[in-house]
Amino acid sequence: MNTRGLRSQLKDSVPVAGLCPQGAYGVQDSLRSGFTSVKNELLPSHPLELSEKNFMLNQDKMNFSSLRNIQGLHAPLKLQMEYRAARQIQRLPFLQSSNLALDTLRGSDESIGFEDILNDPTQSEMMGEPHMMVEYKLGML
Amino acid sequence: MATLVVRQPPVGGFSFDNCKRNALLLGEANKVGSSLPSARKTGTTICGIVFKDGVVLGADTRATEGMVVADKNCSKIHHISPNIYCCGAGTAADTEMTTQIISSNLELHALSTGRVPRVATANRMLKQMLFRYQGYIGAALVLGGVDCNGPHLYSIYPHGSTDKLPYVTMGSGSLAAMAVFEDRYKPDMEEEDAKRLVRDAIAAGIFNDLGSGSNIDLCVITKGNLDYIRPHDEANKKGVRTGDYKYKRGTTGVLSKLVTPLNLDVVEESVLTMDTS
Repeated sequence: MNTRGLRSQLKDSVPVAGLCPQGAYGVQDSLRSGFTSVKNELLPSHPLELSEKNFMLNQDKMNFSSLRNIQGLHAPLKLQMEYRAARQIQRLPFLQSSNLALDTLRGSDESIGFEDILNDPTQSEMMGEPHMMVEYKLGML
Repeated sequence: MATLVVRQPPVGGFSFDNCKRNALLLGEANKVGSSLPSARKTGTTICGIVFKDGVVLGADTRATEGMVVADKNCSKIHHISPNIYCCGAGTAADTEMTTQIISSNLELHALSTGRVPRVATANRMLKQMLFRYQGYIGAALVLGGVDCNGPHLYSIYPHGSTDKLPYVTMGSGSLAAMAVFEDRYKPDMEEEDAKRLVRDAIAAGIFNDLGSGSNIDLCVITKGNLDYIRPHDEANKKGVRTGDYKYKRGTTGVLSKLVTPLNLDVVEESVLTMDTS
């Protein structure tokens, strides 16, 4: 879990790029994300929004960094290879995957958090358009 | 079912989609002069004490919503594990969900390690979760229990700081309760003395703080034994009406009586089926 102090967490954390426009060439993509306003883009809607979006990434980065310091470079390398392999086990782009292997590697199959209770992706009311999502995944869009 | 083009699959957890809209609504409401509805708080007095064989936790039972009492008899002592209980002050939903999540996690952890869970583990889980959300989860908790290392008592603040102390109080009535503790606490008290002291501290909070009221709940945890006393003491009983406005039978004199029976026969019966397709 979180075993390191705040200062070292900040040093190793992923830089937050959540405020940049999402389209190609860094220009606002009106087709996909709607109209833009400067105030909407510059400020996050909630102070926790960015830290929550990157929480998993920051945790992993922190853990790998301390693992590297303790056991040497081979430990995070092997683990990251396993993570990469587990992350590739997915269904089609518009279907929810259980991510069982990834959860087991992370140890989150033994804990319950807000991501399991609130906003469960399997119960989401909106569905992605299958053709568009597959084309986006394959890079054709 | 509505469809939309999404780039990433939806993730679970908190969604901040409505925050901008809420801020806008708040601005509009303030312009008109009204305000948005507020969350239900517990505006509480909770306290805990370590005595010779274990811990005693105490809480009042009033939940407020602004200036109105929302729940006259709510239960503020939450179960974390059979040997660990937690009192919660602050936003009622936050304390409820937080203690339930930590209870589930602690149970999974205990099944995984095969040992009785420790109070320090629950404390660590709670403080890490509350710090992660930077105080936006308004849960101030008093965590107490008995494990293999003896009795322990922690107080946990909404931003994630914790204190391990022999006696703690939290909530809006905490100053009144702490005054009683500071006066009469002694280390290694007997169970009856400890229960009486906690009862008096909560009563001080109830009678001197508007946010606390109704009854006093107690929870006594010792090694191998748990006493959840709800209510321990009904400090505020609703009064009994002394007079009655109902007239007794015979107050008005009956002059004459005429009974007319209505004979109703079934003339026609028809069944209409409802189209439920």
